Amino acid sequence: MRKEVWILLILAVLIALFLSPFASPFPDGLERVAEDKGFLEKGEGKEIIHSPIPDYVFPGIANERVATAVAGIVGTLLTLAVAYGIAVLIKGRVASKQEIQERQETG
Amino acid sequence: MHIPDGLLDAKTWGTAWVLGGAALAYGAAKTRERLQERQIPFMGVMAAFIFAAQMVNFPIAGGTSGHLLGAVLAAVLLGPWTASIIMATILALQAFVFLDGGVTALGANILNMAVIAPFAGYWTYRLIQRIWNNRTGTLVATFIAAWFSVVLAAGACAFELAFSGMVPLRVVLPAMLGWHVLIGIGEAVITTVVVGYLTQVRADLVYETAKI
Repeated sequence: MRKEVWILLILAVLIALFLSPFASPFPDGLERVAEDKGFLEKGEGKEIIHSPIPDYVFPGIANERVATAVAGIVGTLLTLAVAYGIAVLIKGRVASKQEIQERQETG
Repeated sequence: MHIPDGLLDAKTWGTAWVLGGAALAYGAAKTRERLQERQIPFMGVMAAFIFAAQMVNFPIAGGTSGHLLGAVLAAVLLGPWTASIIMATILALQAFVFLDGGVTALGANILNMAVIAPFAGYWTYRLIQRIWNNRTGTLVATFIAAWFSVVLAAGACAFELAFSGMVPLRVVLPAMLGWHVLIGIGEAVITTVVVGYLTQVRADLVYETAKI
């Protein structure tokens, strides 16, 4: 993997660990509009699944900043794994170097 | 602007699932055709970076915050089709694991942030970059495209809420656009900084535009 790609990965991990716990607690654009226009409560408690890490707070950790950092790193690595897996699935099996060489030799 | 469950009616989220799903299926086929095998790790890392960056809400004004979407970042570096797949992957994980965005509303969130945002952004980027074809032009194009992608996705979100009968369009559209015109500036700054860094060290990391 190229150096720049490693740097981007390290940056992602650092952001998840050290920046995400200090994210602004203010509502985002849609939440703010829902609040101002009086339809926020219609989207509360309507979730149809049970999320393992709701609202980016890892359960069972008392310190909320630590719970968010743990949720962040879990999510970042999970996204890396799933997106990489999807890329491999979409592209089909990655050919080994030997196979590429054989293909080149047989022309 | 992750829509939770409960805000869209069945006809709206159902339609959005069909449109979003169809775009993703086509996006997967295009990615198979165009993504190079050596770019596979980059695709994974780009998704991880966008996920992490999306967690960091930045305050904008009046007690409201925004966060990066990352659709144009992915589209400029890996092409719009691959960006769609990356964004949809992130949105699905956010909905199922982190209770961020609903499961019924996932189709609409995919349509807004994984289809409309990367494509509107990418076409804007290409249009400007074609006229202003140097490094400065590329960065200006990235900045404007990133801003526009957020504003347009917010507009689409407003239409879906209105179409569901949740809130009148004349009420929700100006409100959504008003906040996202500001949030889009944050999107534009972050996207341009990251694209600027990556293109400085490796110009070839930018998506081969000739292949679109």
